[in-house]
Amino acid sequence: MALFSFEGVTVQGEDRPRLDAIDLELPEGGVTAIVGPSGSGKSTLLRCANRLQAPDDGIVRYRGRDLAQIDVLAHRREVGMVFQRPVAFPGTVAENLRVADPDLDDAAAGALLERVALDAALLGRQASELSGGEAQRMGLARSLATSPRVVLADEPTASLDEDAAHQLEQLLRRLADDGVDVLLVSHSPEQVQRLADRVVALREGRLEHGPQPVAAAEARP
Amino acid sequence: MNGHVGWGGLAIAVVVVLVAAGLSRAWRLGLERDLVVAIVRSLAQMLLVAVALGLVVADGVSIWWSWLWVVAMVGFASITMRRRAPALPGLLRIALIATGTTAAVGIAITFGIGIFPVQPRTLVPVAGMLVGNSMSAGVVACRRLSHAIGERRDEIEARLALGQPWPHAARPMLREILRTAISPQIESTKALGIVFLPGAMTGLILAGVDPLDAVLVQLALMYVILGGVVTMTTVTTVAAARRLFTRDHRLLPVPRQAD
Repeated sequence: MALFSFEGVTVQGEDRPRLDAIDLELPEGGVTAIVGPSGSGKSTLLRCANRLQAPDDGIVRYRGRDLAQIDVLAHRREVGMVFQRPVAFPGTVAENLRVADPDLDDAAAGALLERVALDAALLGRQASELSGGEAQRMGLARSLATSPRVVLADEPTASLDEDAAHQLEQLLRRLADDGVDVLLVSHSPEQVQRLADRVVALREGRLEHGPQPVAAAEARP
Repeated sequence: MNGHVGWGGLAIAVVVVLVAAGLSRAWRLGLERDLVVAIVRSLAQMLLVAVALGLVVADGVSIWWSWLWVVAMVGFASITMRRRAPALPGLLRIALIATGTTAAVGIAITFGIGIFPVQPRTLVPVAGMLVGNSMSAGVVACRRLSHAIGERRDEIEARLALGQPWPHAARPMLREILRTAISPQIESTKALGIVFLPGAMTGLILAGVDPLDAVLVQLALMYVILGGVVTMTTVTTVAAARRLFTRDHRLLPVPRQAD
């Protein structure tokens, strides 16, 4: 069964559809990259998978279940999301992690930070004082606090310097190797080659390769 | 005090505002136009109110005219809130219900516990204080909500993406908005008797009422107003925020509010 399937999914934009009758099946496992130029509908596709966006037409299914019919809050805890710009909530790093899991004790919070290559000593630091790369990794740790089976990453390295971007890529790869499915929106062909197992290419809201992703090696530009 | 100012006295008072406008011009603060508009509008409105109030509170005039006045105040306050935050969907209906309920409950308590007798002469000013203070706080809250929902969209969606329901995701933002909107009313209640002596109490004392009785009347009135402002502003803001989210906890697109 597909991890996500999009059946005739259309999302209207201001002047043209952001997604135009997409039929797509994304299999489980590894890293699936969603690529395409700006405005091609990559982020919209990802937001539909988390139901931050609802399609104007069509059905999005997660493991066969229509997202419009299931408990969306439970779904979002199972399908975490990392955004393009790091979002630090007011308060300390520990308080940020406890937004996702209020019962998280210090040991578990420290372990989450270490999982994303951050020092557990940062728990008491104000989240607003973190660097961009640290804040993005904290955002990933916050998403992992709900023990998701899938992580959606919307150009998570776009606002990071090269070192921080590489570090985040390694973390995403490690997550995928540990059995967490990763859907990665990226505009960098190099990043896709380094990280992705398969690729979905979008252009102007339509798929370039048909309803199945292609292997990353085949998608080499 | 003989209660008579006259046009000459009023002109002197206007000079003070003109000095303020001069300061604004010297510092290029751009407030001159607003100050002049405020003077002209308040002058026209208050003269009209004086004439209309004179008709409404005259001996032998039915109190229903005063009730009609109260309804008009509620309508005007709600339309003002809607105009100041046009990006918020359904705000007029929400404001009408919240302001109308606040006025009704406030009036019922004020006259129910006997702060004043139910007369045209008391009904309109009491309702004015309730609706006016609520409207001021409501306008601040709705404008800030309209701005914040655009500025903090990333934060709210990040919270929703963690599986938080919309009331949790919006709560930090709503808390800040409500504190900002309501704190002036709370501060003026705290400063009561120290920084300023409110009008109703001063008027009663000047009219020969025992100061303790005057203080009790003023306090009861202030508490009703404070409760009304906090309740109305909270209900309006939370209800307006609710309309920004779908049943399945998605944040709807909201047009940017112009300054």
